[in-house]
Amino acid sequence: MSNSKYKLAQGNEACIEGAIAAGMRFFAGYPITPSTELAELSAKNLPKVGGKFLQMEDELASMAAVIGGSCAGLKSMTATSGPGFSLMQENLGYACLAEIPCVIVNVQRGGPSTGLPTSPSQGDVMQAKWGTHGDHPAIALTPGSVQETYEFIGTAFNLAEKYRTPVVYLMDETIGHMREKLMVKDPSEIEQLHRVKPTCEPKEFVQYDDKFMDEKTMVHPLPAFGTGYRIHITGLTHDKTGFPTNDNEVSGKLVERLCDKVEKNIDDFSYYEEYKLEDAEEAVIAFGGVSRSAKQAVIELRNEGKKVGMFRPITIWPLLEKQIIDLAKKVKRIYVAEMNLGQYFYEVQRVASNYCEVVLISKVTGELITPNEIKQRVNGGK
Amino acid sequence: MMNNCSDLTQKYYRDGKLPHIWCPGCGHGILLNALVRAIDNLGLDKDNVCVVSGIGCSSRATGYIDFNTLHTTHGRAIAYATGVKHANPDMTVIVVTGDGDCSAIGGNHLIHACRRNIDITTICFNNNIYGMTGGQFSPTTPTGDFATTAPHGNVDRTFDLCSLAQGAGATYVGRATAYHATQLTTLIENGIKNKGFSFIEGISVCPTNYGRKNKKGDSVKMLTYLKDNCIDKKIADKKPELVENKIIIGELYNNPSPEYTECYKTIIDKFQD
Ligand code: SF4
Repeated sequence: MSNSKYKLAQGNEACIEGAIAAGMRFFAGYPITPSTELAELSAKNLPKVGGKFLQMEDELASMAAVIGGSCAGLKSMTATSGPGFSLMQENLGYACLAEIPCVIVNVQRGGPSTGLPTSPSQGDVMQAKWGTHGDHPAIALTPGSVQETYEFIGTAFNLAEKYRTPVVYLMDETIGHMREKLMVKDPSEIEQLHRVKPTCEPKEFVQYDDKFMDEKTMVHPLPAFGTGYRIHITGLTHDKTGFPTNDNEVSGKLVERLCDKVEKNIDDFSYYEEYKLEDAEEAVIAFGGVSRSAKQAVIELRNEGKKVGMFRPITIWPLLEKQIIDLAKKVKRIYVAEMNLGQYFYEVQRVASNYCEVVLISKVTGELITPNEIKQRVNGGK
Repeated sequence: MMNNCSDLTQKYYRDGKLPHIWCPGCGHGILLNALVRAIDNLGLDKDNVCVVSGIGCSSRATGYIDFNTLHTTHGRAIAYATGVKHANPDMTVIVVTGDGDCSAIGGNHLIHACRRNIDITTICFNNNIYGMTGGQFSPTTPTGDFATTAPHGNVDRTFDLCSLAQGAGATYVGRATAYHATQLTTLIENGIKNKGFSFIEGISVCPTNYGRKNKKGDSVKMLTYLKDNCIDKKIADKKPELVENKIIIGELYNNPSPEYTECYKTIIDKFQD
């Protein structure tokens, strides 16, 4: 902890500090509330470390430029909110198929459409998984505090690099705009993973040849442009050489590998918090801003003698199926509290309803769910 | 510098990727060859060249040539290229795009890249039609012409892409055709040499989807039309009476001005001790 420093910081600020500490050197974005500080702070701080900021003409361009920046070898990121996230989906899909590492921060606001620009929401949970067309991998992390925002944005970059895939950082306005104590780590304490680069002669390199694939991650090396490999990157379904193919078998295998590399390695990035679950008879599942209320509700319910605990997913995609099933086998009832009409709830229900009752606590007014509202529901209220 | 076509093919085209998918008589091959010749004339290091394309007939070009190549989403090539160039300003970044790709779906990216004056050379293969999707009208389909989505004649007004690029701030603008391939090569060379955003319109011929529908004849006839109906800017400036109904080709605008990544570098430099 030698050179760590403490300060008071906003979630959005912690996100950029953490990203730069994790090696982010390229940011392209378009301002949108409540994510704007992420663009502003990138513009301010990136040049100080030799990094590059770009304010693009729209979100389509932002996501495109991020992919370009990553192809040129820089750890790249963009940040947006609701409508902007919708516009990014086209090129996010490209990054999935072409396997380009990058991070997309979505500080969620109320929707649909322009919705509630300055109010918190968790309405993009499903969009973070299914926003772009076709079957594709999805890793999304959701931090629950300012400190965690700082820590896990680094994890997001590391996962993007390791699995050659876009990673969505799903924040909400509550976390983005709240201020808390932040411990800024000494750079030596921050783990930085980098994409695997080819080591063979350029002539010998075949982009997606199995012999270059890491068996565990199912990922191939990715050389940066300008390093002599002269690869072809395309959003079309491609064969092992990286060039377009319509071969049915090759196409099917490609999409399956893309999904498998994420789904089958979930144990490598299953992040969650368990709070007072040891003897719990009921559990509240909540994430992001709502988890703050859920924790308070659990504390108060415990004081009233109720055996309640909390499960807080940080990895929100892929679904932490194993952990949720284990929890469901242990408790009588699971409440899912979220600021949407049940996006995560239906996923929990899908895997848990064979073992216990699953109840939704939902709110879409643009306000945080309060500890009292959770308490009332657990105490049998409507 | 090499002039022999097969030497160029060997040096710059990827092994085993030919034949290309373009129709017999398509002008795109000539335009791509002009690009390769320009790169060869400039003696650029292949490792240091990045060619980015969007979607459409033109944009398949990146698959055939042996550089760092990026085949992107429809309309977004210039935005991807902006990311590559800003991340690595030492690279020569070139965009190959079509008229629909860069001026309809990608129009916003085109004008803002012009405005930034970022050092990218964009070559628009203009075939006046959406070729790959089977012949729908594009922003450059002449008013009155026919297309599958203009079965009664196109009522949309035609876009002059070079004027658009110049108006938006591109610092080098030129136009030539598949018939004027040598001139096109020179324009591309000058565009690459220009430190800033260069826009080169290469007028192509699409006998399959534009020509047939509009009774323009075969490829030879379409190329002959281009030969007979273009006038060089230098002549046009001196003899305006010859300009009517003619396509003006040549160097249309050349006005260097501070380049984006260089301006950004001055900010980074402020923080280096
Ligand atoms: S459709 Fe037209 S532009 Fe496309 S390859 Fe065929 S001739 Fe060329």
